[in-house]
Formats: sequence, C-alpha cells, structure tokens
Amino acid sequence: MSVIILVAIVLLVISAASTLIGSIGIIRMPDVYNRIHAETLCVVGGSVLTFIALTLIGIGVEELSAHLFSLKSLIIAVFLFVTNPVGSHAIARAAHRCGEEPFPGTVVDRLREVGG
Amino acid sequence: MIEIGINEILWGVTIIFLISTIFCLIQLVIGKSIFDRVVSVDALTSITVAILGLFAAIYRESIFLDVALVYALLAFIGTLAVSKYQEGRDIGE
Repeated sequence: MSVIILVAIVLLVISAASTLIGSIGIIRMPDVYNRIHAETLCVVGGSVLTFIALTLIGIGVEELSAHLFSLKSLIIAVFLFVTNPVGSHAIARAAHRCGEEPFPGTVVDRLREVGG
Repeated sequence: MIEIGINEILWGVTIIFLISTIFCLIQLVIGKSIFDRVVSVDALTSITVAILGLFAAIYRESIFLDVALVYALLAFIGTLAVSKYQEGRDIGE
C-alpha cells in the first residue's frame, strides 16, 4: 500500500470523525447560529476532506486514473469549500432579519447594535 | 488476520456517514423554526454528496461524481432560495 493511499485513509478517518461530531452538534447546540457553526464542521471537515481524500485515491488506484476521477473530485471539493460560507451567511442573515433570538447566554450582538 | 483494503475502509466511512444522517434527520423533525430545518437539510445534502463520492470510489465508476456535482449545486441554490424567501427579497438583491 503506497504512501498516497495511507494519507487518503488518514484523511477519510478524520472526515468521518468530524462529520459524526458535527451532526451530534447540530442536535446539541441551543440556537440557529450555533447550529450553523456545527454544520460548517460537518461540511468542511467532512465532505471537503472526503473529496480531497478521493482525489488522492484517484491518483493512487490504477483503475480510477483513466476517468478524470481526481479532477472531478477536486472540482467538487473546491465547489463545496466556496459555496458553504455563502449559504451559511445567507441563512444567518435571514434568521437575524426575521427576529430569530440568540439563546440567553449570548454576550454580544454587534449586528443589532449597528441597527442591521 | 483479516486483510483490510481500501474498499473496507471506504465502506466503514460510508456507514459512519449514514449514522450521521440519522442525527440530522432527528433535528429535521424536532427543529423549532424553519432555519433549524434549513441548516439540517444543508448538512444532510452535504453528507449525501460525500456518500455519492465514496460510492464512486467503491464501485470504480466516475459517473457518481457527476451526479454529486449537480446535487451539490442544486442544494446550494435551494438553501439560498429558502433564506432569501424568508428574508422577503429576490435572489441577487
């Protein structure tokens, strides 16, 4: 087993762990803004690392190298990495505009202070 | 001694991802506001995209990756559409 495959396996284990922790955090967190934080761990730590690992697997495994496997995986990884902050920002802004209350232990809300 | 190859590890990661989708589905049912549900659907679609990529590596078929790319694009547009609709604006405003 070559070094590339070993690195890919380590990345896959990290991504599985962070997806599990992030999805538990989605249940556990008290309000929407904290849930968005856990969901970011789910997407960036889970899916993006999975597709980076699949890029390495596509380089390392002989049968996969003929079908542009690595290039497609890398495109999906970059796409998820770029679009997840945009979607999270849109959800958080819409929640704040609709009057979604932060949970009572929140210390500061700068967007409300400036009248957003 | 059981021989552990790349396929067994890919199946194991897939099973852990499926367990994670159960937690997202629970949040989808018990969520109080619409934004809780949008966040859990967003996480659910990203996990689904990752599972499609893992299937592409398991079955050695790169056609799953094309499906995964289109699914990620549609999930992103769906998230933006719901949040902009709740905000009372058009997309791009």
